Amino acid sequence: MQIDLTDEQRLLQDTCRDFAARELTPNAKRWDREHKFPQEAVKKAFELGLGGVAVPEEFGGAGMDNVSYALAIEEISRGCASVGVTLSVNNSLYCDPLVKYGTAEQKERFLKPFARGEKLGCFGLTEPQAGSDAAEQRTVATRKGDVYVVNGTKNWITNGPVADAMVVFTMTDLSKGTKGITAFVVETAAPGFLRQKADEKLGICASPSCTIFFENLEIPASQRLGQEGDGFKIAMGTLDGGRIGIAAQAIGIGRAAFEEARDYSKVRQTFGVPIAQHQAIQFMLADMATELDAARLLTLRAASMKDRGVRHSRESAMAKLYASEAANRVADKALQIHGGMGYSKELDIERHFRDARITEIYEGTSEIQRIVISSALLK
Amino acid sequence: MLFEPSESQALVQETARSYAQRTLVKLATRLDREARFPAAQLKELADLGLMGVNVSEALGGAQAGAVAYALATMEIAQGCASTSVTMAVNNMVAETLVNFGTAAQAQKYVPEITSGRFEAASFGLSESHCGSDAAALRTVARRDGSGWVLNGSKQWITSGDHAGVIIVWARTETAGAAAKGISCFLVEAGAKGLGIGRHEDKMGLRASSTVSLSFEDLRLSEDAMLGAPGQGFAIAMAALDGGRIGIASQAVGIGSAALQAALRYARDRKAFGKPIGDFQALRFMLADVDTELAAARLLTLRAAALKEAGQPFTREGSMAKLFASEKANRACDVAVQVHGGYGYIDEFPVERHYRDARVTTVYEGTSEIQRVVIARDLLR
Repeated sequence: MQIDLTDEQRLLQDTCRDFAARELTPNAKRWDREHKFPQEAVKKAFELGLGGVAVPEEFGGAGMDNVSYALAIEEISRGCASVGVTLSVNNSLYCDPLVKYGTAEQKERFLKPFARGEKLGCFGLTEPQAGSDAAEQRTVATRKGDVYVVNGTKNWITNGPVADAMVVFTMTDLSKGTKGITAFVVETAAPGFLRQKADEKLGICASPSCTIFFENLEIPASQRLGQEGDGFKIAMGTLDGGRIGIAAQAIGIGRAAFEEARDYSKVRQTFGVPIAQHQAIQFMLADMATELDAARLLTLRAASMKDRGVRHSRESAMAKLYASEAANRVADKALQIHGGMGYSKELDIERHFRDARITEIYEGTSEIQRIVISSALLK
Repeated sequence: MLFEPSESQALVQETARSYAQRTLVKLATRLDREARFPAAQLKELADLGLMGVNVSEALGGAQAGAVAYALATMEIAQGCASTSVTMAVNNMVAETLVNFGTAAQAQKYVPEITSGRFEAASFGLSESHCGSDAAALRTVARRDGSGWVLNGSKQWITSGDHAGVIIVWARTETAGAAAKGISCFLVEAGAKGLGIGRHEDKMGLRASSTVSLSFEDLRLSEDAMLGAPGQGFAIAMAALDGGRIGIASQAVGIGSAALQAALRYARDRKAFGKPIGDFQALRFMLADVDTELAAARLLTLRAAALKEAGQPFTREGSMAKLFASEKANRACDVAVQVHGGYGYIDEFPVERHYRDARVTTVYEGTSEIQRVVIARDLLR
């Protein structure tokens, strides 16, 4: 039974850890406060090959595996959760379906520059009335000769305000339900692709998201991913991978909170001793570390299964569910250990606490993960 | 490729699974009701190589490693938790003899354990006044010529009345540091001065035997000492590091049995015109249990793999034990809830799982002791 990382995986982990400590951790608080998309830092991360970690080299990626990808996202999110999700969306939700379903021509134009990190992608599935219930798509694509004309609305689109292209889901046949959903890839600069102002969020404030309107947006039929009706399958398969990225992000946030709490407990004194000597604090730290390790093992297991090409819907859902909820418990305890300082914007803890909260919601709420897991259990 | 058992590990797992499902599942309820020690089944497990999974073939073991041992224990515990704890203690004693004993000691006792010629073996550390705080033990071994004379008592000794050999921890130095004055001895069944005390009437694990032991001027020869004088506490801690992998595995097994029972029941039982497994409230409980047991299994296998690779695993072993035992209890609690009233009666197995799981957060180091171990490592 192999549990050790390979040399290559360890090297990437170290590289990302150093990068996060140098470029992300010192700046994340400022980006959060200013709601600033850290374009330069993302560019530098891309230069490390983090645009398409698990994308084959022939398509511009780093050609590594999904275990490496999960390790990288954890380390990046340890420094800045907003950059973590920016990369996760580009890797998992944008590049991955293009690797799997893109034609040679689509890969050339819509995958290579994104996997190389020259451009940034986003993923358009959620609509105002279709979040967890993604099958309720109301964005309609009507075929007219060589193009599809698209009308509708997508919201909560991470990277939306800054992305160069989007993998987007539409209804080509409303009468067919999920079988009527069709995926495309489209440039955000196309006429009729209308971005609204960035969302105001509780956390991950340096990761811009927005609502997008499609007004008679014309997408050439050559930019369709797969066949008409394949969209739902593409979306669900893509999210199986995306959940590995979000689980890794959650672990990174949790680790940041844990490590800061551990260090703080050694220096903060009460009743004449460092608070680390109080058993109540020690036990909180022990539980935090245990839960983070459990979350990481679940996540790496799911990634390893994806690498082997075996179905991993249930395992990805377990990783995402457990890691996101554990990260929130860990951030909560870390704030408690810091006392009033944890509530102050002077330190990073309150940001971790806010950043962690989204991980239980996006790319499938905890409730959706439980539906996925129990469906596998009780099939 | 992470977390996949090798072919030989999978073979041991399959051997254990097949025995547990074929033999133990059917017997477990009766063994529990009658509080009957499963001597015949333990012998069969020895014949399958499961009494020394991580012991060399030269000493009659399966030489399959710590990961295979964890996988096998999970399977046996799914069939019968009582049988699995007896098996776990036998394996722990055999490994401790291999790791700290002389060649002569290992040759003398280990093949007896691995072959099943000894019904069981025991680990005599706890006393009536000290469990978690093992360094406070009071049993004394006094020098007498070239040998020793043992006086004192032990409590909560699994298989103590069936053991061919018992590792007994005793104080050889009464002055000075508490932990440093402790040494380890090998006491044989039937030794003069060895008294078998009360059989504990337990809430769960009723088919495992738990007794107190007394030592009254029990004479031990020089070669009855295991390890060096004063090494006892270190031996106990090392043995418990490995033992915790065994208990974590047991907990995973009990929790898995409870989950499987709950899934069966949820499919069959109808309420409001449909199987209760169709209700989201139940489905979500089961999803959480499935997730937590998967994580418990991974933490346990990680600790076992570190042990197998000869790397430190004290923290990881404690994490596995802490997490697996607490999640096994949650799993059993959910399984009882899913069964409703039927979960509370002994017609269904879940009330036994519920009782059996409870001890896993207590023995071989309470959850609180595991947190002490983890925090000490984190804050070093």
